[in-house]
Amino acid sequence: MAKIVVVTSGKGGVGKTTTTAALGAALARSGQNVVVVDFDVGLRNLDLIMGVERRVVFDLINVIQDEATLNQALIRDKRCDTLSILPASQTRDKDALTSDGVARVMKELRERFDWILCDSPAGIERGARLAMHHADYAVIVTNPEVSSVRDSDRIIGMLDSQTARAQKGETIEKHLLVTRYDPSRAARGEMLSVEDVVGILSLPLLGVIPESEDVLKASNVGAPVTFASPESAPAIAYFEAVERLEGKDIPVTIPTEKRGLFDRIFKKRGS
Amino acid sequence: MSFLDSFFSRKRSDTSSNVARDRLQILLAHEREAQEGGESTLLRTLHAEILEVLARHVSIDEDNVQIKLDRGQKCSKLEIDIQVPQSGLRAQVSTMTPNEDL
Ligand SMILES: Nc1ncnc2c1ncn2[C@@H]1O[C@H](COP(=O)(O)OP(=O)(O)OP(=O)(O)O)[C@@H](O)[C@H]1O
Ligand SMILES: [Mg+2]
Repeated sequence: MAKIVVVTSGKGGVGKTTTTAALGAALARSGQNVVVVDFDVGLRNLDLIMGVERRVVFDLINVIQDEATLNQALIRDKRCDTLSILPASQTRDKDALTSDGVARVMKELRERFDWILCDSPAGIERGARLAMHHADYAVIVTNPEVSSVRDSDRIIGMLDSQTARAQKGETIEKHLLVTRYDPSRAARGEMLSVEDVVGILSLPLLGVIPESEDVLKASNVGAPVTFASPESAPAIAYFEAVERLEGKDIPVTIPTEKRGLFDRIFKKRGS
Repeated sequence: MSFLDSFFSRKRSDTSSNVARDRLQILLAHEREAQEGGESTLLRTLHAEILEVLARHVSIDEDNVQIKLDRGQKCSKLEIDIQVPQSGLRAQVSTMTPNEDL
């Protein structure tokens, strides 16, 4: 049975696109058929993070408006052939996303993929609502910071009331992913701790992704962090999150940078 | 501040993350209620009905009736401020209410 997962947050810039790419790549690496879908019409970025920006010809809006078939719009990842991306349109506006059109595309994708990961735009408007509408499962991306937690709470309310599942009286599985976490700052009481965030939002935890420069480096070269540096702390955390997404009950750890002081000095000299 | 200073001078409860957590807990309790229509509906109804009663006797503007709420963890303070322009009359009522009753 295909699963539709929405990666959402309310607040902008918390790591939704980074997460969609990293989870999608990790799932696909285990041989499952995965598509990542960009719902951020007008501000598409998933193509850049996935490194396929030069191969985009048709997009989600073209498919919705019958200007292209799904096959024409889907781009297959060159590093992993079970991973595809459906880009958003950069030029059209959000009104071109019709709810009937989105429903049709989601139905077609369900027939062809095991996992459909939807990268939601920020906000609580039409684009965000359509991205979550067909989801079976929601990953709520939250930074340990007051405005992000508040917006997540708002999004959780919308997931419970406005999605197709909610309207049919079914539940949508919701999991929290805390990203850009700095364990040392949390320990000093300068940052909300994971326990605080989980306590406030009372959702099960999918994972904790540490703040790391490897994420920026991966985006520079156009690769999901789980492909670009699979041994890095954020990648390990994303791989663990994927295991939980698949239903495995494993304890949540917070991987930290293993590089010690000596490594660092050594590296500087070497380079 | 050295590590030892910070270790000794700061109680666990004084850290900024604890302030953040407490503020969020209060705010979200109210916002969740508001999404279900509770609190904000009450305030809107109060505002409309006070205006209605006053308008039977004096000519009054919407802005002459102010309703304010200060949300606390256990209690909320409700303030109602009414000004009747022509007469120069002004009434202020303020009350503390435990949150369950609001
Ligand atoms: N774990 C992390 N460590 C360091 N930087 C991160 C991490 N996660 C995300 N970032 C950085 O944060 C920025 C925003 O990330 P991203 O684009 O994934 O957020 P978004 O939620 O999709 O934003 P938008 O709401 O604009 O779509 C990027 O510069 C990204 O590199
Ligand atoms: Mg994004």
